[in-house]
Order: sequence, then C-alpha cells, then structure tokens
Amino acid sequence: MILDYILRRLGLLFFMVLLLSIFTFSLSYLFPGDPLSNLSGIPDTNFTQNAQLEEKYLFNSNYFMQYIAFVGRILQGDWGMSFASGSSVFAHVVDLIPATLELSIYALFISVLVGVPVGILASAYNKQWPDKFISSTAMIGYSMPIFWLALLLIMVFSLKLGWFPMSGRVSLLYEIPASTGFILLDILLADFPYNGLAMLDALHHLTLPTIVLAMYPTTVLVRFTRESMLKVMDQNFIKTARAKGLTRGQLIIHHALRNALLPVIKQIGLQFSTLITLAMITEVIFSWPGIGRWLIDSIYQRDYPAIQGGLMAVSLFIIIATIMAELTYTLLDPLSRNQAHGKV
Amino acid sequence: MHKLLLALISLSLVGCIDSKEEILEEKNQGLVYCAEANPVSFNPQVTTTGSTIDIIANQLYDRLISIDPVTAEFKSELATDWKISKDGKSVTFTLRKGVKFHTTSYFTPSREFNADDVIFTFSRLFDVYNPYHFIGDANYPYFQSVGIDQLIRKIVRVSDHQVRFELFNAESSFLANMATDFAVVLSKEYAMALKANNQENLFDQYPIGTGPYIYKEYRRDHLVRFYKNADYWKHEVALEQLVYDITPNGTTRIAKILTKECDVTAHPSSAQLSILAQRDDINVERETNLNIGYWAFNTERPPFDNLKVRQALVHAIDIDKIMQAVYYGNGLRAQSILPPTSWAFELQKNMPIFDPQLAKKLLTEAGFPKGFDMSIWAMPVSRIYNPNARKMAELMQSDLRKIGVNVNIVEYEWNTFIQRIGEHRHDSVLLGWAADTPDPDNFFSPLLSCTATFSGKNPANWCNPEFDLLLTKALDTTDLNLRKQYYDAAQSMIIKQLPLLPIAHGMRFQASSADVEGITLGPFGAISLANARKK
Repeated sequence: MILDYILRRLGLLFFMVLLLSIFTFSLSYLFPGDPLSNLSGIPDTNFTQNAQLEEKYLFNSNYFMQYIAFVGRILQGDWGMSFASGSSVFAHVVDLIPATLELSIYALFISVLVGVPVGILASAYNKQWPDKFISSTAMIGYSMPIFWLALLLIMVFSLKLGWFPMSGRVSLLYEIPASTGFILLDILLADFPYNGLAMLDALHHLTLPTIVLAMYPTTVLVRFTRESMLKVMDQNFIKTARAKGLTRGQLIIHHALRNALLPVIKQIGLQFSTLITLAMITEVIFSWPGIGRWLIDSIYQRDYPAIQGGLMAVSLFIIIATIMAELTYTLLDPLSRNQAHGKV
Repeated sequence: MHKLLLALISLSLVGCIDSKEEILEEKNQGLVYCAEANPVSFNPQVTTTGSTIDIIANQLYDRLISIDPVTAEFKSELATDWKISKDGKSVTFTLRKGVKFHTTSYFTPSREFNADDVIFTFSRLFDVYNPYHFIGDANYPYFQSVGIDQLIRKIVRVSDHQVRFELFNAESSFLANMATDFAVVLSKEYAMALKANNQENLFDQYPIGTGPYIYKEYRRDHLVRFYKNADYWKHEVALEQLVYDITPNGTTRIAKILTKECDVTAHPSSAQLSILAQRDDINVERETNLNIGYWAFNTERPPFDNLKVRQALVHAIDIDKIMQAVYYGNGLRAQSILPPTSWAFELQKNMPIFDPQLAKKLLTEAGFPKGFDMSIWAMPVSRIYNPNARKMAELMQSDLRKIGVNVNIVEYEWNTFIQRIGEHRHDSVLLGWAADTPDPDNFFSPLLSCTATFSGKNPANWCNPEFDLLLTKALDTTDLNLRKQYYDAAQSMIIKQLPLLPIAHGMRFQASSADVEGITLGPFGAISLANARKK
C-alpha cells in the first residue's frame, strides 16, 4: 500500500524532471545567439573549437540525440561555462546553493517556531482580542511586499539605529574557509582564535534577512494553524470532552493539537518552495551570496548558460523538496495514502 | 582559601578580557574598501579599466618611477636614479637593491629584484620573443595606444642593478609613461616557474609584485583579499588585511559606509554626498582631477562617418541640463578635451552650443530630414568623469527626439561593456578617461590615435593621419612652447572634426570613516592604500 504510494510519487518526480530537462535543453535554442555557445558557454568560437564542440554536443545529429547527450552531461556535472566568469556553472551552483538553503532553513525554522504557537493562541482565544490582534497582524504581514519590508527594516535597524549590518553573511575581515558552504558550520569548523566573535558577527548578519524571509511563511502558518484548530475544536469528540468538564488547556493539548497539526505539517513542507522564490528577492536586497542573487545577476548580464543551469538547479530543488514533504506527510497520516492521483 | 579562589577567578577574568581585546584588535587592523566592479585582471599591463587599476596597481606593485602629484616632478621608486642621454634616445635606470618579491602560497622567490625583472616586464609589451608576449592575445591597451612597440628599440642589461632603454627616437612622454600605473614591474622568476609547469595563463590572475600588499584570494562578485607585505621595502604597512568589497550599486555603497560595513568607498554618487557630509563619523574628500567625460561616435559606421551628422547631433544636446541633473554642480563643463588644470589647455571658442534649429538644418543638409535611429551605449558604473551615464543618456534621448533622432540606450555589465566597445560594436558611447600622468599626451594618444583604434581603445574608431602627425610632432620635441602649439592644434581639430564631444570634467570624491587616515586622492592616477591605517 505505502510502497504503491511511494512508487506513484516517484513516477511523478520522474515526469516532472523529464519535462524540466526538456524545457532547459530547449532554452539554448530559444535564447538569442548561437545554441552551441549557449550550451557550452564558450562565446565566439573559432573554427577548430567549433568543430570540437559540435562533435561533443552531437550538433550534427537530430534534436533527440542532442537531448540525450545533454542529459548525459547534466548527470556528469558538466553544465557548461558561465559567460560572465568563464568558470563552470555547476561549480557555481554547488558553491552558492548552501547559502540559499541555509537562509531558507533558518527562516522556515523561525516561522514554525513562531507561527504554530501563535496560531494555536489565536484559536484558543477565538474572536476575543488576542485573536483579533494576531489575525490582523498576520494579515498585514501576509500582504506586505517582502522587498518593502526588507527596505523598511534596513532603514530603521541598519541605517538609523546601526544595530544590524545590511549585506553579506559575515564581516569580510573574517577569512572563513568555505568547507560546507553553511556559514555557521564553517565558522564552527574553522580553526582560528576569534571563532566566537565571528559567530556573533555571522548571527548579526543573519538576523534581518531571516526575519524578512520568515515573515510570509510565519503569517501563512499562523492563519493555517488557527483555522485547522478551529475546525478540529468544532468536532463532536471535542464537544464530548468539553461536556465531560475538561479545561481549555487540557482540551487543546491532549485532544485537539495532534489532529490539528497534521495538515500544518504538510503546509510547512509546501512553504519551502515559496520560500526559495522569496529568498531570491531577499538575497538581492541583502547582498546574500546565494543562488538567487547569482541568477538575477546572470539575467542582467545575459549569461545564458548560467541562467539555464541556475533555473534547472532551483526548479529541481523545489520539485524534490515538495515531493519529500508530501511523502513525510503521508507517513504521518495514513488517511491521505488513498489519494489516487499525485499532485504537486 | 577563599582569597585564593577569588584571586584565581579575577586572574582568569583578566585573561579573558585581555584575549578579547586582542581579538577585537585583529578585526580593527583590517580595512574594507567598497569597490564598484570586479577586477578584470591582476596585471595592470593588460587593462586600462580604472576600477581594476584602482584595486591592483598601487597595492600589489611598484613602478620604476612615479610622479609627485604636487610638484609634478619624477620621484624614485624601484629605480633610485635615471639618466637620459644627450640625444634623448637612451635612458638608464639604476635599480634599488634589497627589494623582495611577494612570498605566497603559490610562489616563493629565491632572489631579490634585479635588472632581469625589468627587462622581462617591459619586453613582454613589444618583443615577440618574450615567452609571455602572446599570453592573453598580446593585448596591452595602454602601451599599444601610446605606440610602445615603435618607441623602444631594445632594453639592455648594464649590470645587475642597471638597465638601459634604447629608443628609436627621443620622445618627451617616455618617462611619464614609465610613471603610469600600468608600468609596474613583474617577477621574471615567477613567470619562468609558471612556464616550466605550462601554466602561463595563470600569470595575470595570480599576481606577484613588490607592493605593500600580497594577494590572498579573489571571489568574483564578492571580494578581493590582500594581506600586508611585512617585507615592504618602502615603509611599514599598518594594515594587516585589505579587503575589497565588490558593490556595483552606488546607493548600496553609500549605505554600507553608513552601517560601517565599508571603511572607504569609491565614487560615492554626488547626489548623495549631502547625506554623507552631515555625518560627523564620515569624511568626504573632493579633489579636482584630470579627466574628461565625453560622447564618442563610431566614426567608421554610417551615418556617423558624416561630419554634418555628428555636428547636428552635438548641437541638439543641452549640456547645461546635463551639468545640473547628472553632475549636481560637482563637475566642470568642458571647454576642450583637456581639463583647464593641464598646462596645454586652450579654451576652444567654437565649442558646439545648444541649438536645435541649427541641428535640424544640419541634419537635413546631411540627407536625413526625417531623422534616423541610433544607439547610445551608457556605461553601467559610476566613474569620476561620468557619475550617471544612464541618466545622461536619457536626457540626450529626449533632446535628440526633438530633432527626429530615435535613441535606443544600451547597457551591459561593465567588463562586457568595455570589451564590446573595444570591438567597436556601438553607434555612440558615453564614456570618459581619467589621466594616468599629467602629460597632455595622455589625453590624446590613448584615446584618439590610430594605434589606439587598432588596440581597441579608441571609442570613436577615429584614425586621422593629420591628427596623428600633430601628436608625433608634439612628442618629438621637449620644447614646451612648441609642444603647446601642437596640442592647441590637436584640441581645435577635435572640436572641428567631432569624433567625440567633450562634455564635462568630474571631481573625484571619496567617502571614508573618520577613523581611517592616510588615504589621499591625487589629481591623476589610481588610488593608493599603502599608507592607510586605522586610528
């Protein structure tokens, strides 16, 4: 039963990735310029180079064979060269993705830490002033454009008060070797005398981007948890329990929470894809050296191989994250396994 | 017993505080400089991009001689002394002893700086037998634009610490060119070590010099890190670390200096200077600078090969408006291609004036009564000579629309932009030039000579033998009066032929934290952070 479900999801994953790779491959023809240059990342090739590349990229055979060769190279990690930097796109992606992931994970962590309890609080005081306050604040946070929030925070906390820096991951004067790409881990692993200060500095740098990025998922989780709780609280078994004389605290903790949190868990997983998209904007504003900022720079510089590679990496990541979230949710909630068709 | 414990605790506390202060100091001994673009190379010989030269030239390298910014006299650097022969055709440099090249993770020098390094460095520029001449497509834009290959006959090793440059003819700007930021001395030993491993292409990326700082790492779009050169021959270097934070956005650079993420920032936008000037903890310096911002036409491409068209276009531009909206009163309207502080400056009486009627008439005479479509390439970064080319291009776009010329504004990332301008793919371009030496030739040969056209420096793509003859004559003599006459003629010829329209001379600005000292702006050349320190 569960195996069947997992197989269905893997089938979905396969077709999504297939479509994604076909789209990415066709981009090199759809972008302006020479498809061979767009694929290889070597601009203005001379005659001998051209012949070599044509052979390597199977440009003499049909589109299907070219596509197969393309997939082969993707699997080998040969994603072409970036026009702008002249180095491998794959190396760039591997280098940059940890920064984006790190920021997204912290933001998600914060939003779960804040969003779920606040949502429960709001449902516990349904239609009383704490609920009204929380719901209206969440509404404001939900509708506020993220770049505007970022600029506001920078203006107040960086420029006016000078409490937090506004760019980068750590003061550039700390030379931290990139071993994992996750800055906090790298500082822990690095071996130098000013470890503690560098850590403090990195946390300082993290604060504003994390708050900005966490804003949207937090408000979503608040609203979702609140609604899910209210729905459960309205069910008969809760009414029975209340009739038996349980206090509100007992009701929520022992009976409602477990049932209400199941759909919330699914929601947390689904937030990850929104988060990656929002992370791009956050990265640009806070000069965070992640994949989003790089992708946007590449678009500005018309660096087609980089755009192609970056798009593929980000989309692949979102697809996998979403399917993983669904799978985890299914393992926790047996009822949902009967779903006949996959959906993302 | 209790006393002992107390003593122990206080001792350990003292220890704590001590180490903490030491650590804080560690960070304070470094300086962060917000730079506006990635360096294109780490060898000043192969580029003239100002943003790159600012980062590398004075920090990593030394020259044989330099020019004093105040007295404009030559000063000794790696050469302690130099003698010019009577006929002016040979110059002998006596070299400094005891100068060490950098020791890095990729190279350890076994000997000190000597004549071999000088010969290697300068023969690379013109000698096809130099093993490095063809590395990087033999492109040495500054030296090619001043015609170095037609100037140096050979370089002779007199002794370990003496070299003689033999010239084809006596050229008055030879020493000035040797004092530019591009004429740095490289290590021959390092070059040969790389050659032995077939890694010649790394030579211009991993620098070895004699300068105050040592290359540590470069991460594209992120940072360049230098360490202090403890063996610097000239003086003690105060900073342990020098980091360039690469921040292309001008507003972000201003914000970073406000939040103390940068200690010094290059080219703060003049529109935002007033914000910085209000703060006590930030110093703003301004200095007149030898530079020119111009609008150059690709004179090989129709219809810009037609003088009437060029005249029509320049008469349609309202420069007063540009001076207000782009330079915010911090620029000087150009009256010639040379700035007024140059000794060869001659005010040009027939500078084109704003006259749309005349422009329209000229355009009709040229055969375009209905106008045409063209592109203006606007550089994407802010430089001294043009703080905001995009805005300037937009103003010009609206001016030109009135005479029926439709303008399409083109922008690329800076290094790509420079490269494509070098390939002359543009119709017209808003660009500029900041002088490397006070010698007036620096404004003519690198910009508008025929050799500059071939090396991709001449953005007007303009090769006029008559003009070149004037420049050669001016260089062939050391008589100042005679030189001035030739340069007068050259200046008026530019205004008459209009390969480019001189627009304005910008002021050089720099904003720095109040606790940083020892960084001075000069009227020409790249910035030097050798003496920078924190209070």
